[in-house]
Amino acid sequence: MRAPLRRRSLAWLGVIPFFLYAVGFLLYPSASLVAGAFQDEEGNLTLSLVRDLLTRGARQAFWTSIKISLVTAVLGGLFGLLMAHAAVSRGMPRWVRTVLTTFSGVAANFAGVPLAFAFVSTLGITGIVTQFLKDSVEIDLYGSGFSLYTFFGLSLVYLYFQIPLMILVITPALDGLRHEWQEAAANLGASPAQYWRHVALPVLLPSLLGAAVLLFGNSFGAYATAAALTSGQLPLVTVLIGQVKTGNVISDPHFGDALALGMVVILTVTMGLYALLQRRAARWQR
Amino acid sequence: MAYVELQDVRKAFGPVVALDDLRLEVQAGEFFSMLGPSGCGKTTALRIVAGFESPDRGRVVIDGKDITGVPPNRRDMGMVFQAYSLFPNMTARQNVEFGLQMRKRPPEERARRAGELLELVGLAAQGDRYPYQLSGGQQQRVALARALAIEPRVLLLDEPLSALDARVRVQLREEIRRIQTRLGITSLYVTHDQEEALSISDRVAVMSAGRIEQVATPPEIYGAPATPFVAEFVGTMNRLEATVVDGERGRVSYAGREIGADAVRGRRSGERVLVLIRPEAMAVEALPDGGVPEGSLVGRVAAQVFLGAVTRLKIETEGSGELLTADLPSTGASGFQAGTRVAARFTPDVPRVLDLPPAR
Amino acid sequence: MRRGSWRSALWLVLGAGYFLVPLLATAQFSLKVTRESYGLDAYRRILADPLFRESLLFSFRLAVYTIVLALALLVPTAYWVHLKLPRLRPAIEFLSVLPFVVPPIVLVVGLLRGFRWTPNWFYGGYLILVAGYVVLAFPYAYRALDAGLRALDIHTLTEAAQSLGANWTTVLLRVIIPNLRTALLSAAFLTLAIVMGEFTMGVLMQFTTFAVYINYVGETQATGAAALSLISFGITWLAMLGILLVGRRIGGRQVQIGGTH
Repeated sequence: MRAPLRRRSLAWLGVIPFFLYAVGFLLYPSASLVAGAFQDEEGNLTLSLVRDLLTRGARQAFWTSIKISLVTAVLGGLFGLLMAHAAVSRGMPRWVRTVLTTFSGVAANFAGVPLAFAFVSTLGITGIVTQFLKDSVEIDLYGSGFSLYTFFGLSLVYLYFQIPLMILVITPALDGLRHEWQEAAANLGASPAQYWRHVALPVLLPSLLGAAVLLFGNSFGAYATAAALTSGQLPLVTVLIGQVKTGNVISDPHFGDALALGMVVILTVTMGLYALLQRRAARWQR
Repeated sequence: MAYVELQDVRKAFGPVVALDDLRLEVQAGEFFSMLGPSGCGKTTALRIVAGFESPDRGRVVIDGKDITGVPPNRRDMGMVFQAYSLFPNMTARQNVEFGLQMRKRPPEERARRAGELLELVGLAAQGDRYPYQLSGGQQQRVALARALAIEPRVLLLDEPLSALDARVRVQLREEIRRIQTRLGITSLYVTHDQEEALSISDRVAVMSAGRIEQVATPPEIYGAPATPFVAEFVGTMNRLEATVVDGERGRVSYAGREIGADAVRGRRSGERVLVLIRPEAMAVEALPDGGVPEGSLVGRVAAQVFLGAVTRLKIETEGSGELLTADLPSTGASGFQAGTRVAARFTPDVPRVLDLPPAR
Repeated sequence: MRRGSWRSALWLVLGAGYFLVPLLATAQFSLKVTRESYGLDAYRRILADPLFRESLLFSFRLAVYTIVLALALLVPTAYWVHLKLPRLRPAIEFLSVLPFVVPPIVLVVGLLRGFRWTPNWFYGGYLILVAGYVVLAFPYAYRALDAGLRALDIHTLTEAAQSLGANWTTVLLRVIIPNLRTALLSAAFLTLAIVMGEFTMGVLMQFTTFAVYINYVGETQATGAAALSLISFGITWLAMLGILLVGRRIGGRQVQIGGTH
């Protein structure tokens, strides 16, 4: 039985480069990060950095990051669901769906620096929409307390890539809703609202929750948009890490590792939840 | 008076006319089938009755009341879909209870009724299973129970057996008929399978291209097809394009032979007609070369097809080259190997005669 | 049912407004010269800036290296997993989720920490950045390759080639890869989009990538930044169009892109 053995070992050989790479450039850095979080400047083992995570500054950063991730996950999930559902509904011509998913693909990748400046051009102090509202309808946004560089403003910007991500993720799940269910429900006396309450939402729930969790993770790990837009005004974990690493904040550089470790812990829990929900979702889609 | 009526219903999807001024009447308690090939409009007609489509013109009348404008969730009908219609997040029992839940029935009544119906369809033990845990046949039984739970005025079935295995299909169709008879509920059944329609219906409407070709009982549909389409679609049929020779005595000429057909009496000589004969009505006898009996068609056996109880002979007619189909009991088929010269005859009262359709 | 269509259309119109207004505003903003007048000054200034071309080409070069390295690692992997090692699928699926557990900000911290001991030509040069980019691109590129492989009947092709006497390298190079052309292009475009838009790792490793350049411009010139944002958006669109056109030949499976936020 030499031949099959040889072929199988050849296959393993073929995937080794990839796994070596993943170990070397993904697992190893993550491990160094974990190790670094427990070391001080001299290299001795210490828990002080991890303890520092509980200091006011870091706690606030974590809390704000979690808050913005929750808000944009819920809102992004809601609006994304509404738009995706609108696009796949039976009355809609097919091109609407294609345009929506293509645009979502682009928009989800538009995040980061260009997005920040796009919004500055729109709703910044001298932004086009800001000026338009002041000149034509006499609404002074910044005068009434609005600012793009706050929690509210950043959330608004985050939605620009959260909603498309939701659309991309939930559209396949919506496809899984067979129209026979809606018709059978109507036939048995259910109004559209009752159909949603008793059939569609329960079936969609694992996918919806999974998508929301994904959006949470996506927002939590976002750096570029926040950095370009707020440059440190808003306390976010990712921005804080950036500040530590570039020396803008006086602290032990290892503190950045501790912060990163904190992020990894939160994100691992998040993704574990996502995996569980995905498995549940697969059950209904038979 | 008819219980379910479609009055002059017209429905078009863009340039395609699905239903062309359709008129249908179903009697109370009747098991009525709509039979036809894909695209003939039978499903569209059913969906219009259910309320999932609105007719462009015409009305839907139930028990004398015009319900054309009533939304589907208020029509009080039960529908069984072709597949995938059970709610996946509910057990069989919960599915069956759903209609009653929508009608705000108390839980005890719902449970009792669901139990009754699951028993009726033979799934009393599977009530707590989810759809993905049931076979296709079981799912359709639950779907039937669910539709019947609300005691609907009309039961609608849209090709409920098409997605099932052949054996399950036969079993289930007989059960559906049994249950329907027992409950006496007016039923509208759509299928493209003519054996299905003929075996369980009180009456059948054969449809083609949005129009009804014929509405009659199964024996009439089979034995006395009203149009060439019905003759073709239902069962196998010999079609002979013949010329009337004697309109008084009823004789036509085909492939150079003169044969008797009572049905042409009253027609003019020289008229071209379509003579229809069922394969089982053909009597076949082997001919030694030469002798040709009067009033029969002559040819050679081109092929023999064994169909179980019956053997089907394909006979190439001398004189026209067309293939005739004749069915014999298999026990007597040994003398008719391919190449055998045979005479095919039938009694003059057997053929149906229709006007020849215009050349297309 | 017709009533519902109006409500659906409303959501789509509102959504379209939310998504299009910033783009239009950016375009209009980028064309501002003074408070009242419009012109192409911002664009002219950008195009004249040598750093623009430098950073753009730099990012592009990094993208090319990333694509080459990523595909060199992923193509054999995807092929073997498909052909012989379906049991490795869960491990690969896990990789698809990884960019969310180890986002760029975390990865860059880990890389900087973990490779401190390496020689300067690696740690100080752009190779370490490329190394990180390859990891970022893995899940998306793999998904594209996977879709392409699924469209081919790998087993039959391989066996047919082998029965005609080909060895493994020949099979891979002359049978599989030519048929995977569309999937490869799709993966390449995806990686291109990701690298061209990547900011986090570039800035923390102190390289002037294209996105870093845009941010730098944004600190002093708002209109310049607007113009660059539009250019960047245009690049992403072109890459996506590339994927679309190429993807139409695979069979139109939606490729999901996350973000380089």
